[in-house]
Parts: sequence; C-alpha cells; structure tokens
Amino acid sequence: MSIRLQQISKHFGNTRALEPVNLDIHEGELVGLLGPSGSGKTTLLRIIAGLESADTHPRSGKILFGDRDVTHVHVRDRRIGFVFQHYALFRHMSVYENVAFGLKVMPRNRRPSTGEIRTRVFRLLEMVKLEDFANRFPAQLSGGQQQRVSLARALAVKPDVLLLDEPFGALDAKVRQDLRRWLRRLHDELNFTSVFVTHDQEEALELSDRVVVMSNGKIEQIDTPETLYRHPANRFVFEFLGDVNHLEGKVQNGILTCGDARLDVDLPDGHEELLLRPHELRLIETPTAHAHLPVTVTATVPVGAEVRVELEADWLANPWLATIRHADFERLGLTRGQRLYVEPRRWHRFAQQSPSFSPSPSTA
Amino acid sequence: MKLNALKSSALKPNALFRSGSTRVLPGFGLSMGISVTFISLVLLLPMTGLFGQLAGLSLAQYWAIITEGRVVASYMVTIGAAAVAALINAVFGLLLAWVLVRYSFPGKRLLDALMDLPFALPTAVAGITLATLYASNGWMGRLLEPLGFQVAYTWVGIALAMAFTSIPFVVRTVQPVLEDMPIEVDEAAMSLGATDGVAFRRVILPHLWPALVTGTGLAFVRSLGEFGAIIFIAGNMPYETEITALMIFVKLQEYDYAGASAIASVVLFVSLALLLAINIWQGRFIRRLHGGKG
Repeated sequence: MSIRLQQISKHFGNTRALEPVNLDIHEGELVGLLGPSGSGKTTLLRIIAGLESADTHPRSGKILFGDRDVTHVHVRDRRIGFVFQHYALFRHMSVYENVAFGLKVMPRNRRPSTGEIRTRVFRLLEMVKLEDFANRFPAQLSGGQQQRVSLARALAVKPDVLLLDEPFGALDAKVRQDLRRWLRRLHDELNFTSVFVTHDQEEALELSDRVVVMSNGKIEQIDTPETLYRHPANRFVFEFLGDVNHLEGKVQNGILTCGDARLDVDLPDGHEELLLRPHELRLIETPTAHAHLPVTVTATVPVGAEVRVELEADWLANPWLATIRHADFERLGLTRGQRLYVEPRRWHRFAQQSPSFSPSPSTA
Repeated sequence: MKLNALKSSALKPNALFRSGSTRVLPGFGLSMGISVTFISLVLLLPMTGLFGQLAGLSLAQYWAIITEGRVVASYMVTIGAAAVAALINAVFGLLLAWVLVRYSFPGKRLLDALMDLPFALPTAVAGITLATLYASNGWMGRLLEPLGFQVAYTWVGIALAMAFTSIPFVVRTVQPVLEDMPIEVDEAAMSLGATDGVAFRRVILPHLWPALVTGTGLAFVRSLGEFGAIIFIAGNMPYETEITALMIFVKLQEYDYAGASAIASVVLFVSLALLLAINIWQGRFIRRLHGGKG
C-alpha cells in the first residue's frame, strides 16, 4: 500500500513542529525518516499512524493510503502496525496473548476462529524466532526479544503499512545490528510498506530503500542512501550523514590561506569554508605544491578496518579527524605528537544559506 | 613474636566487627534499632495492652461477648456499609485518579490537594457536616427525602461517611501506578484496532488491577474502624444502624474494658487478615509477571 502525504503540517501550541510536508512512499518500500531530535520525524510518523492529528488549517493536508483517504480516519481503523521504541508490550499478558491481541479484539464478523488465531500467532512467533517463548511474560524477555514480540504483534493484524518509531533505539549495538538485518530480510520476504524513524544515520543508510532527511520540521532531502551520500542536497545533509572536518579561510588568486596553512582551490576570491570527510584526507610527510596543511597527531584509535587519527594545529579551531588504512598507519609509523601534512583528496563546499550543491573538484 | 601476637589480638575486635558488618550501606544497626523501638512503643505496646485486657476473660466469656446479638448485628452493618463504601470508592477513586493523571485542566492542582482532605479533616467534623447536610431539614436531605430516599440515620449514611473518609486510599494508590503506565501501551492497543472500551477493560484495567485492589482493600479496612465520621449520621439504633466501633465505645462507657477489648480484637483480627491477604495476593501477582508460579 503506497502512502501519500500532501501539505501535512503540525503545530503544538505556538511552536511549529512540522512545516507543510509532501511525501510519496511507494508500495513495498522501506523508508527511513532520519534527523536529529526535534526535527519532526517522530511527529510525522505519528501523523501517518493517526496517533497525532495534523493541523486542519490554514491549509488542510491529506493523507492517502493507496486510494483511501485516511486523513480523518481514527488510528484503530487505519490498518497500520505500530512498533514503539520501548516496545509497549502488555505486561500482564503472555507473549502469545500479546501477539494474539489484535486478532482477538476484532469485531466478531471479521475475527478469525480460535484455532486460526492460534496457527497465525504461532506462525508469527516462528517468524520472529520466539515460538518457545509463547508462555513467557514480557518481563522475562531481553530487550531484543521484546521488540520482536512487538513486531509480531503489529504484523498479526496484517496492516497495510508498518510504522516503527526508533525501533532499535533502546537496544545495545550488537543486538541492534542483528535486528536491523533481520528486519530488512523480513521486509524483503513479506514486502510490506514500512516507514521507520531513526536518528542513527548508519541505520537509516543501511536499512532504507530511500531516506527522508529532516531538520527543524522540514524535509531536507529524499533519496536513496547512495545518492544521499554522494550528492547531499545541502550542507545540513552533508554534515548529518557523517563526520566532517572544516577548513575556513580567505581565498586569493586561487589559494586558500588560514594561518600557516595553504591549499590550492579553484574558487573566486573571498571568504570560504570547505568541508572534508575524514576518509578523504591523506597523511603525508612532506607538503605538496598544492597543499601545505601542517598538523600534529594527538590521538590514534584503531577501529575495525581503519585507524582514526585525531589532528590538531594552530590554524584549526576544532581538531580534524582522519581515517586511514592500517597499512598507511604502519608505513607512517604514527605516534602521538608526530608532525605531518594533510593532503585532501577532495573537498566539498556549499554556498551559504543556499541548498544548491557545488560539485567539488579534485585537488590532487 | 610477642609483639606480633599482641598486635593481632589488638586488631581482633576490630576485625571481628568488620566481618560482622559486610553491608555496604551504612547505618543498618542504628536505623533498624530506632525503627523497632518506635514500632514497639507506638504499635505493639498498645496492642499488647489490648490482649492484656483479654486475659481476664475465659474463652466462653470471650465468645459470649463477641457473639452477642447486638454486636453481631453491628458487624453486619459495619461490614455491609464498608463493602458498599469500598466498591463505590473503587469506581470513583479510579475515575478521580484517571482524571488527575490523564488530563490537564484548570484547578487540577487544587483537586489533587483536595483528595487528601479526608485525611486532614478531623473525622468528627466530617461527621457533623454530613449529618447536618443529609438530615431531613438539611440541604441535601430536603431534596432527597421527598423522593423517598433517606440518607441520615440509615446504613446509607454510614456508607456515605465511610466513603468520605476512605476515598484517598484508592486515589493515592492508583495514581502513581497510572502515572507510571506509559501512554504508548494505550496507543498500542488502539493501533491494534481495540475500541476505547476494550482497551480499558483488557489493557488498562489489568495494569491497574493490583493497585486498585490494594487501594480498595485499604479503604475497606479503614472503614471498618471508622468512628468519628459515622456516629453523627448513623442514628445509632440498636440492631439497625450501630457500628462495631460504637459497640466498643459503649462498652468503654460502661467501664467494661474487657468487653471493649474483646470486640476490638475481632476488628483487629479481621483487618490484619485482610491486609495480609492483600499483600500475599499482590506479591503473587507481581511474581507471576516475572515468570514465577502464581
């Protein structure tokens, strides 16, 4: 079931939580709403669910599930499944009863028979790998298990759309990773339309078909993870999707200077701020003709496939972060206090206050 | 060698003391000691006195006193009225707690503070107020009497006075549990298609059930012993509207201390048994949620 939002906005009292938003989610898509806290992503999800009502004026918005206008339909009749960050399981019911709840409260004419409910619940429990836990109570389960119960419970009523509010937010990193993959597989298997909220960019990029990046109640960009990362629409998206190093200085005759740092740039004269990703920095022992960026190593942290190197310099307001391969780390023999030079492989630049993206020329 | 021995013996008491108190939290001895002393003085000593009074009675005498017709009738009146009052409080206490927790409205803080009034108000004041209000020439009595509904000097009045003094028990036990109940649980039920009624009956009420039962039980026990608020409105007709607490009072006025103690002990046992039963039941309920056998 596709979801279409037209001119949906929301005020809480006098504060604007959501500017008029348009959003099209295709049938069978898994879409992530990504943004910092207070960006309106949860509000948007709750409006789709019907747990929150959108503003009715000045402009009245519309929510469509397929061809069905659900703008004024109560949450219980919207045919959605909702998964809460803190599971919201019914603590006095067993796992089985929790999952069966949605089926048991159906009006008599639509309610499946007891036997059918039983088979359906056990099929769902099997799917979330909790068939041996049917008689347990929520308090006896781990966080990850509880969230799986909550998912099975939401799917039991065969919802048109599945909505998840920071579903993995309360779980630890390892469980989160497992559940993420598992949800992706489940989604590919059952092919329901789903929308989830997260503030974790990695989660959004890994799990979503498309990501909706939000800030301050506005949608900043809607794109596939790939496009989002390669072609961020604006500076906010760029900064939100990963670590960023800043280089600020004056450009004169194609050379940017900042203290005793110099970098050849193909830009008109004036004040400029360049953004550099940590993996786009190369550490070298002597400056090149194009780049003279002297730095001192203040910390080295090996994390997984790479080494994170923290760099400081007089001309830097905030320390830089560079991620380099272990091979390079060993070749350079990096130690704390070592003096080096940085050569950016590429850099990014966003015009001030404008959403246009300037493609960055390679400086190397 | 000698020095060593001396040293170790000198250290010994200290070492002993340390091994004896492996608790990390300090002050157990002091706080426990003061608590026990206080309980002994305020709670246990008077109760021992009560049983001391009973010692003068033979079992047959004791039985005769507590099964005397007028006293038995007072049990019926007291328990009946207390049960009605407790049930009324269960319903309205739950409603009040619900209103206080779930909604915000002007005067909410005032209503919240008002809930404790029955605790703060001397019960005799409440009794006199109720009696004047519901007497046949009082404001409410004048309205109700023509309808054939008499409150003052009937067991309805007794139940009313009991409900008045014990409503805070229900409100104050349910309120915190309701506050702790995440609103998402409610929303989850609705998102699964439950109507308001079903969500309340199958999700919210079971969640509040232990607190509600405890609060109602406390209200019931409190009502069993209420005296001041009731005697003014009860009319105190033998076999009709006499409560057990009044029977104790009557015995005392006749200087029949043993008789008063005998009846008091019945009230005491019933109250204790009930409180114990509620506690055990609640413990089981909570254990069940965590997977123990209920």
